[in-house]
Amino acid sequence: MSETIVIIGAGQAGAQAVQSLRAEGFTGPITMVGDEAYPPYQRPPLSKAYLLGTFERPRLFLKADAYYAEAGCELLVNTSAKAIHRAERTVELTDGRKLSYDKLLLTTGARVRRLKCPGADLPGVHYLKTIADVDGLQDVFQAGKRIAIVGGGYIGLEVAAVGAKRGLDVTVFEAMDRLMARAVSPELSAFYAAEHEKAGVKLKLKTGVEAFEGNGKVEAVIAGGERTPADIVLVGIGVIPCDELAVQAGLASEDGIVVDQNARTGDPHIWAAGDCTRHVGREGHYIRLECVQNAIDQAKHAALAMVGRPKTYSEVPWFWSDQYDLKLQIAGLARPTDRLVLRGDPGLRKFAVFHLRDGAVAAVEAVNAAPEYMIGKKLVASAAKIAPETLSDMSIPMKQMA
Amino acid sequence: MAAAKYKVTYIEDGGKTHTVEVAEGWSLMEGAVKHLIPGIDADCGGACACATCQVYVAPGWQEKLPPKSDMEETMLDFAPDVRPNSRLSCQLRMSAALDGIVLNLPKSQH
Repeated sequence: MSETIVIIGAGQAGAQAVQSLRAEGFTGPITMVGDEAYPPYQRPPLSKAYLLGTFERPRLFLKADAYYAEAGCELLVNTSAKAIHRAERTVELTDGRKLSYDKLLLTTGARVRRLKCPGADLPGVHYLKTIADVDGLQDVFQAGKRIAIVGGGYIGLEVAAVGAKRGLDVTVFEAMDRLMARAVSPELSAFYAAEHEKAGVKLKLKTGVEAFEGNGKVEAVIAGGERTPADIVLVGIGVIPCDELAVQAGLASEDGIVVDQNARTGDPHIWAAGDCTRHVGREGHYIRLECVQNAIDQAKHAALAMVGRPKTYSEVPWFWSDQYDLKLQIAGLARPTDRLVLRGDPGLRKFAVFHLRDGAVAAVEAVNAAPEYMIGKKLVASAAKIAPETLSDMSIPMKQMA
Repeated sequence: MAAAKYKVTYIEDGGKTHTVEVAEGWSLMEGAVKHLIPGIDADCGGACACATCQVYVAPGWQEKLPPKSDMEETMLDFAPDVRPNSRLSCQLRMSAALDGIVLNLPKSQH
C-alpha cells in the first residue's frame, strides 16, 4: 500500500513540495490544506505590481487551477488544521474531519505581527500578507489619500513606492534609526532613504508609533509626540512563524519550528519547510528565513527527505525588492561586523555593496546591478577570497572574478 | 471577458513536446510554470531576479520578439549554457504575433 502525505499550509513551500514530491517519484496520495480561499500563490507581487494594479489576480497563482487534481493532490482551501495527533498520525481539521498521514509536512508560513497600541483595532488600519489584505486595501488606496506606513522594512517601503507612484501622500514611521535595518547595510539604507524622499515620501526615523486616533475609523497617527493625520494606515512590522500546531503537538519550536538540514522535525514522520521553520543554515547555526528562496529550496529538500533521498540543504539565501525602478537583489546573510566594499556609484543608481568576512565574500547587495548579484551569489557560495580593491575596481568585469 | 489565448510549444531537453495555450499579456514563463512543464524553474516568479527561466527560441521566432532589456541581457549572461537564441521567458509577453511560437528548454536552469 502506498504512503499518504499530508501538507498543512498551501503557500509557496507547499506548492513546491507537491511538485518536488511528484518529480522525485512519490506516487501516493497527497492532501494539502490551506486556510485561505485560494490555491497557492506568489506573495512577492502583492506589495508591488498587484497593489499597483498592473498584475491581475489570476497571474498570482503558482499553478494552473487543474494542476493539483492532475498531480493527484487533493487541495482543501478555506480549511484550517486544528491539531496534529502524532500517536495516531492524524491531522484534525477545524471542521471536525481527520486526515490520516504516513508523512506530514508543515508549510504553515508566517503571519503578520500586529501592533498592540491604543487604536490599533480601528477600521482603516491595514496589514499586508494575503490577496484578501490587498483587495481590502485597494478601495482606499487612491490618489490624494494620506497613508501612514508603520515600519520601514521591505513591505512598508514597497507600499510607499507604489503609493507615491499612485499619487498618495505617504509618510513612513520607522522605530529604528534607518530603513530596512534588519535586512540591509547602512549604505543601502541611506541610499533608499534618499530615493524615497526624492519621490516625495516623508520619512520619520527613530519614531515609534504610540497610538492611532479616530472616530469609528483611523484619522491620525500619534508618533514621537506628534499627531499626523492619516486616511489609511498600513502596518508592516514583520511576521511571526505559524508554529502553534507544531508546538501543541510537542515539537520543538524556537520562534520557528526547529528542523535539521533535511527539513526534519524531531518526529520521524514530520517535516517542515519555509517561513515557519528555524533551520541550521549553511554557516552552521540556527536561522529563520522569510523568503521565496527558502520556501522553494527547503521544500525541495523536505521532498527529497520524505522520499528517502535526503540531501543537505545549504543553498545561499537570496532576496529581492522592487521599489520605483530600483531592483534590489541580495545574496547571502550580512553581519554588522562585515567589512563593506562599494562597487559602482550610488549616484548613478547602479552599484553593489559586498560584505567580506575573514576576507571571503559573505554577502552582496546589488542595486540595478545584475552582474554583481549573479556573480556575487557564486562568490558567496564558494566563500571566495577577493581583495577589496579588486572588488571595487569597475575596470575589472565581474565575470573575471568568478 | 476572458483574454485571448494563443498557442506555445515548449520542447524539453529530452525532446518531449508540450503545446499549451497562454493568455495574452502573460509571460511565456508563466505559461510553462502553470502547465507544469519541466525545465523552467522561475524561482523568482517573473521578477527578472533569478535567471532560471531561460529558453532557446526556435528559428523564425526570434525576430518577432521585442529586444532584450539591459536587465535581461545581464541576467542572461549568468544563466548556464547561453546561446545566441537564449531569452528569459519571464520577459516575453504572449501576443497574437507569437501565436504558435516554439521554445526549446535547457537541460538545467542552475
